[in-house]
Amino acid sequence: MFLKNYILDIYHAIKSMLIGLRRTGYYFTHHKEIITQQYPENRLTLNLPDRFKGEVVMPHDDKNEHRCTGCTACELACPNGTIKVITKFDISPEGKKKKAIDKLVYHLELCTMCNLCVIACPSDAIKMAQTFEHSVFNRSELTKILNNPDSKIMDGVE
Amino acid sequence: MWSFSDISKSIDTWLNATFSPTWVMVIEMIIAGVCVIGLFAGLGLVLVIMERKVSAWIQIRLGPNRVGPKGMLQSLADTVKLLVKEGLTPDGADKMLFNLAPVIALIVAMLLMAPIAFARNFQLWDLNIGVLYVSAISSIMVISILMAGWASNNKYSLMGAMRSGAQIVSYELSAGLSIMTVVILTGSLNFNDIIQSQADGWWLFKGHIPMLIAFVIFIIAVTAETNRAPFDLAEAESELTAGFHTEYSGMKFALFFLAEYVNVFIVCAIGATLFLGGWMPFHIGHWEAFNHVMDYIPSSLWFFSKTFFLIFLIMWFRWTFPRMRIDQLLNLEWKYLLPISMFNILLVTIMAILGWHF
Repeated sequence: MFLKNYILDIYHAIKSMLIGLRRTGYYFTHHKEIITQQYPENRLTLNLPDRFKGEVVMPHDDKNEHRCTGCTACELACPNGTIKVITKFDISPEGKKKKAIDKLVYHLELCTMCNLCVIACPSDAIKMAQTFEHSVFNRSELTKILNNPDSKIMDGVE
Repeated sequence: MWSFSDISKSIDTWLNATFSPTWVMVIEMIIAGVCVIGLFAGLGLVLVIMERKVSAWIQIRLGPNRVGPKGMLQSLADTVKLLVKEGLTPDGADKMLFNLAPVIALIVAMLLMAPIAFARNFQLWDLNIGVLYVSAISSIMVISILMAGWASNNKYSLMGAMRSGAQIVSYELSAGLSIMTVVILTGSLNFNDIIQSQADGWWLFKGHIPMLIAFVIFIIAVTAETNRAPFDLAEAESELTAGFHTEYSGMKFALFFLAEYVNVFIVCAIGATLFLGGWMPFHIGHWEAFNHVMDYIPSSLWFFSKTFFLIFLIMWFRWTFPRMRIDQLLNLEWKYLLPISMFNILLVTIMAILGWHF
C-alpha cells in the first residue's frame, strides 16, 4: 500500500510537471501570444484592455450636459478623499430649489484608481478613462474639476 | 575541413620548432588559460542574453530588444555597467574571505573546464579519472558560497549560504549516483573512453529506461547543485533579498553571476558527455550511409549543440516551476531521488552484467 502511494506520488508529480512544461513550451514557441506593448512607438495604436483604469472623468453630451445629481455618493465611497463635491441650489422655472453640482473636484494625485466611486455612482455620471500620461510640471494641475463650466444636468436624471 | 584538434596541433608543432620544451609548456599553459577566460566571457554574454530571451518568451514578453540588433548586445552593455560600478566591501565584513569568495567560485568553474572534451581530440587535460575529478571539484563550489555568506556578516547571506550547504550536500548524492550508472556501463572514469563507448548510439538510447531515469535525476540534481530555480534557495530573492550575494556589488557580484552561468554550462557539458555522447555524432547502429552523413557535421558543433540543448532544458525548468521550500527540497532528495537512483543503479548493474544494453 505504501509502495503504491509512493509510485502514484511520483506519477502525479511527473504528470503535473509535464503539464506545466507543455504550457510554457507553447508560449515559448508561439510568439503571437506576446502581450508586451512597445509603448513610446505605438502611442497611436495602443491596445489597452477594457479593465485598464487611468483617471476618473465625467462624460458630457454635445449639449454640455452631464448626469451628476450631486448626491455625494462618490465622495463618501472614496477611501482617501480624492473627490470633493461642491453643491449649489438651482432655482427651477417653477421657483423650486433644486440641488445641483457647482464643482466636482477630483485630486488625481491622491487617486489610486480603485474604481469605488464609479461603482457607487447611482446615475452613471462618472467613469474611468484610459488615459495614463498624467505627468505635469506643477502639482496644482493635477487637481481637476470634472464638470465643464456652465454645464447642466441632463433632463430626466434624478 | 578545419577542426579544433588540427589548429591546436599546428600551434603545438610551430611552438616546438621555435622554442625550447620548457617555454613551449609555459606558452601553451598561457594560451590555454587565455582561451578558458575568453570562453568564460563569451559564455557569460551568450547565456545571459539567452536566459533573458527564453524567460521573456516563456512569460509572453518580448525581452531585451533595444540595445543592438534585436537586443543582442544587452548583456555586453550590462557587463560594461558592472565593470564601472564600485565594488563595495561592507565595514563589518571579514574582508579577506569576502573578497576571496567570488574568486574561488570562478576558480572552481575554471578547474571544472579541464577534463571536458570540446571536440574530437580537443581537451585541456585527458585525465583517466575525469568523472571522479569533476564530481570532487564541483563540491568545492559550496565552499565559496558558504564563505561569501559567512564573510558578509549579514543574516540573509548566512541563511542563504546555510541553505545552499544543505542543498548541495544532499543533491551531490543523487548526481553522483546517476553519473555512476554511466561509469558502470562504460567501465571507465575517463571522459574519452565514455565518449568512445557511445560511437554506436548514445547511452540515453542504448541504456533503455534505467538510463532515462538516470538522465532525469541527473538534470534535477545538477539544477539543484548550480543553485538555479526551482532550487534557488541560496539566493531566494523574495525571502532573502539575494541570499549569499546580498552584500556584493560591481565586479565581485559579476564574478558570482558569471560563475553561476559557467557552472550551468559545465554541468550541461558533463551531462551531454555522459548521456548524449559528447562530441560523438548521432549514429544509429549499422546505417552506414546515415552515420556517414552525420560524421560530416563538425564534432565541436555536435558538442555545443547538445550542451546548449541541455542548457535550454534547464532554463525551461527554471521559468516554469516556482521555488520549493527547504523541507520540500530535502524531502525530494532524501525520500524520492536518492532511493530511486539507488534502485536504478542496481538495475543498471544487472543490465551491465547480463549485457542487456545495445
